[in-house]
Amino acid sequence: MVAAGPSAPPAAGPAAPKLEARGLTIRYGPRTVLDGIDLEVRQHEIFGIIGPAGSGKTSFLRAINRMDEMTPSMRVEGQLLLDGRDVKQWRNVYALRSRIGVVFPLPVGLPLSVYDNVALAPRLAGVKKKQDLDAIVERCLQRAALWEEVKDRLSSLGSLLSGGQQQRLTIARALSQDPELLLLDEFSIAVDPVTTMRIEDVLKELRRELTIVLVTNLVQQARRLADRTAFFLGGECVEVGVTEELFAGGARDPRTAAYVEGKFG
Amino acid sequence: MFQPTALTRHDRRTERLAGTLFLLATVLLIVPVGIVLGILVWRGGPALSVDFLLTEPTNGMTAGGIFPALVGTIWLVTVALVASVPIGVAAALYLSEYAGDNWLTRLINLAIINLAGVPSIVHALFGVGAFVLFFELGTGILAASLTLAVMSLPVVIVSTREALQAVPRAFREACWSLGATRWQTIRRVVLPNSVSGILTGVILEVSRTAGETAPIMFTGAAFFLPFLPQSVFDQTMALSLHVYVIATQVPGVPDALPYAVALVLIGLVLLMNALSIAFRAYVRRRKKW
Repeated sequence: MVAAGPSAPPAAGPAAPKLEARGLTIRYGPRTVLDGIDLEVRQHEIFGIIGPAGSGKTSFLRAINRMDEMTPSMRVEGQLLLDGRDVKQWRNVYALRSRIGVVFPLPVGLPLSVYDNVALAPRLAGVKKKQDLDAIVERCLQRAALWEEVKDRLSSLGSLLSGGQQQRLTIARALSQDPELLLLDEFSIAVDPVTTMRIEDVLKELRRELTIVLVTNLVQQARRLADRTAFFLGGECVEVGVTEELFAGGARDPRTAAYVEGKFG
Repeated sequence: MFQPTALTRHDRRTERLAGTLFLLATVLLIVPVGIVLGILVWRGGPALSVDFLLTEPTNGMTAGGIFPALVGTIWLVTVALVASVPIGVAAALYLSEYAGDNWLTRLINLAIINLAGVPSIVHALFGVGAFVLFFELGTGILAASLTLAVMSLPVVIVSTREALQAVPRAFREACWSLGATRWQTIRRVVLPNSVSGILTGVILEVSRTAGETAPIMFTGAAFFLPFLPQSVFDQTMALSLHVYVIATQVPGVPDALPYAVALVLIGLVLLMNALSIAFRAYVRRRKKW
């Protein structure tokens, strides 16, 4: 699983979407946070999702790797297709999750060493040889632009790194799964601007190898990074458009235009 | 600019009063412990010696040492721990990590809390009925220890569950999203970070188990048995019961003797606690987030 590259989508050309939501509805008990949205995420794009707090962005990400099953009272209806196949039909949810990397808003450096943080997913996938693990750890830390800073203290605790380093550590950890899809949930909340820029550069590089869904509170971050951007508002997907156009005044919906211009939210 | 008003003076008086009251409550708590320990050391200390610890009681328990009771208590506590810690931790893992939040789990939690409140003599009768008679273990260390284990399970379960739930949920989610199963997450992330809390529960249990008298007196502890147990099916003397026996049941026991035995019992518990606390401190040093 770790050694395999991005696998070819089954029976579909490069034009087929990587991820597709059809009538996706998410409820927590009686509260509906996402109400029948439809959207497509294409192969090898950075797909931005913007919108004010409580608009259902995070819930959307959680549905993709079926975290709803670990969350009491969270219910998902409708379809969510990964490479044309509904994620709910994966019998092995662990295999599904290992193809999807997740980066959380607050960096979660697990209380393990830097090395063990990155080696965790490969170990779970059955990689045992020290030299294989060493290679994966070094490669992932390098791709996350963290290697130079931590190569001399791989055995110190990951949770003792600075916030920005921890967030790059979680990106390295997500990459260690060799995911096809990378979900980032407001990754820059606890990160200083310089580190944010470094991570953004990393993401631009990664786009060549995988597909990225980027949820962000920072409208300008979506503008810098996303190929296309969706605007979520109150559980509704108001609009999906090419980022350039949305920001150049091409929004079809006045609410989108108002949001990207910073008039509310 | 800001003159003290009647109100702020009142606040500061209340503040001082509250601080004093809380201090008083703490002192009230510590004083009895100090007095008990002081009296035990004062009255029983002189009777203590290595010989006292390592010889058998003689002259109808009015002289000699307490070796069989000391060994018996260690047996009872150890077997009880071996039985209750794995089961208790496993049950807590189920309740905290696997079970959903529904009426059944709430009922189970309620039952566990109630079980913790059952008087020890009731546990003793349960032990006689279940282990001695029904499972035909006879009176011996095994039956007594199992009774103690049943009695201490709720403590282990509740404290373990709390230790598990103190591990941030974000750690679990991070691990799950890497494709880990619940068990892999527990083994690699949850347990390593809750060991110190779990040990706290075990420490509590050791103290309680070593001192209990009622649950063992019908199930495996002997009045007087100047031999060491050869297997878990043998009866044994125990320190707690021995204190009771020589303090109330045997005439002509020198005054110092019951105090000395009680002192050994407390010393044993403190020693076990100290060992666990040292181990816990060692584990905790490696835990940081």
